Amino acid sequence: MQHGKYRFIVGFLALPLALYALFVVWPFIQSIYYSFTDWTGLSPDFKMVGFDNYKRMLDDEIFWKSLQHSLLFALVLPVVTLSLALFFAFMINVGGRRRKGGPVITGVRGSGFYKIVYFFPQVLSIAIVALLFAFAYNPDSGAINSLLRGLGLDSLQPLWLGDPNLALWCVMAVLVWSQVGFFVVLFSAGMASIPADLYEAALLDGASRFTTFFRITLPLLWDTVQSGWVYMGILALGAESFAVVQIMTTGPGGPDYSTTVMVLYVYQKAFRDGQAAYATTIGVALLLVTLAFAAVVMRLGRRERLEF
Amino acid sequence: MKTTEPPAPVPAESSAAVAKAGAPAGAPSRKTKEGGALNVFSHGILIIWAIMVVMPLVWAVMTSFKSDGAIFSSPWALPDKLHFDNWSRAWTDAHMSDYFVNTVLVVGGSLVGTLVLGSMAAYVLARFDFPGNRFIYYLFVGGMSFPVMLALVPLFYVVNNMGLLNTIHGLILVYIAYSLPFTVFFLTAFFRTLPASVAEAAFVDGASHTRTFFQIMLPMAKPGLISVGIFNFLGQWNQYMLPTVLNTDPDKHVLTQGLVQLAVSQGYKGDWSGLFAGLVMAMLPVLAAYIIFQRQVVQGLTAGALK
Repeated sequence: MQHGKYRFIVGFLALPLALYALFVVWPFIQSIYYSFTDWTGLSPDFKMVGFDNYKRMLDDEIFWKSLQHSLLFALVLPVVTLSLALFFAFMINVGGRRRKGGPVITGVRGSGFYKIVYFFPQVLSIAIVALLFAFAYNPDSGAINSLLRGLGLDSLQPLWLGDPNLALWCVMAVLVWSQVGFFVVLFSAGMASIPADLYEAALLDGASRFTTFFRITLPLLWDTVQSGWVYMGILALGAESFAVVQIMTTGPGGPDYSTTVMVLYVYQKAFRDGQAAYATTIGVALLLVTLAFAAVVMRLGRRERLEF
Repeated sequence: MKTTEPPAPVPAESSAAVAKAGAPAGAPSRKTKEGGALNVFSHGILIIWAIMVVMPLVWAVMTSFKSDGAIFSSPWALPDKLHFDNWSRAWTDAHMSDYFVNTVLVVGGSLVGTLVLGSMAAYVLARFDFPGNRFIYYLFVGGMSFPVMLALVPLFYVVNNMGLLNTIHGLILVYIAYSLPFTVFFLTAFFRTLPASVAEAAFVDGASHTRTFFQIMLPMAKPGLISVGIFNFLGQWNQYMLPTVLNTDPDKHVLTQGLVQLAVSQGYKGDWSGLFAGLVMAMLPVLAAYIIFQRQVVQGLTAGALK
């Protein structure tokens, strides 16, 4: 297989690699470089300013707010989403009524139906989901408040996205809504591959379903949960949180910067305020937060691999 | 499992073998009651979440058929009659048709490009040993975990300097570049699982490397290409951040952008029903495609995470 091997390798790799280097790798390197300059993005002239941008960032109150919100996203969203998904997946796969002569552990009737429906939001664009919920949250004509009125809860009419204390949670709820289904399906696939005799043995020993979940299902599913955790965290720090915050909250960034997140702040500094260099500085901070998050989850989650 | 857990259940009740032989004649035991209660409970919870998922979508569809007045006065009432004019207004006046065409062009071009370039790179990385192989592989794969927004600031100027800003082909090239990390990662793993003997046989028979790839290996990799193709299709069709930054010309807007723009401008025009029609229009094709190709879509989207 030697004949013309290197010509072939170069020929096949050249185009994908060139495209990737030009549009992905090169901008990444540039942005780290730009974070040490005073580049505005509007004019081609700039000079090196050392760590000035980083000093400014540490004194920037809005940056700290955005960091705080992004961290909250990265901590709360994976925990809530994955817990809900694990719970639903367990119900779907193990919560079924035991039929006579059937296996000890069964899924609920219509488990296929639930999985199909739960997956709906996953195929929709997060931008469309965000728009839809922006209307649903509308205090006067939105679906949620009018549903509350319909239930006779006239006194309970929150401003939702207009309330600085509530807006961030409203935004997070939308991300949970759109992501749970994906993990339900993912975990269901994982649970289906756990051998049934493990459950049978546990039930024989008198374990409740609660115990079987924590002693059997969760440990055997741990690898999947962990990679789901990293995946969800990266998503909560990145493009998804940009779309929901930018589309749903006023400003954008919410009343009194109550929903601004790092990725949105980068965008606003670069493309609204003409401070490209400062924007890349916040971007570098976002990169560090993302890498730190992934490292922490991988380290905390490390445990002995269970073979089955 | 603690052995002291009271009360000890009747082993016979839990054993499938005994159950098969005919369940004991006794009254329903504690165990089956627990199963029954759990069954009701789990169905209840599962149905509630299903309703929570479906309700907003149903609400959107209902609203898209209402008059503007009814949207505000009674958000949950059924439409008095089906206002199809909302849909035609959204399709033509609100330029949804243009956004559709733009999206189809961008996604079509970048999907083909991603699959061709991604499989070429992945094949070489999976099957050939050469200096730098690992480095290039990790260069590609590393792109999956980096925040795209960081690169977008300089990328805007890179694209601008090349004269590609606000062009369809510029957007296609960028989409391909940002889809490559996952595609290369996934397909490299896939090509590794294919037997090497077939390619070697073809090569011995005088086929060139290029021919072996296109005529033997690509057809063999079809299941992998379908999975990763669906993944990229949805990702690119639903893409919002890249076009928001790189595609600011209203005539070139893709669906997601167009809808958001429409929502912003509705603040002045007040055509909410038209906007909802647009929203539903954008949702329905993907939902329909998902229901038809349900198995493949789920496999495509979860394939990456299970690896």
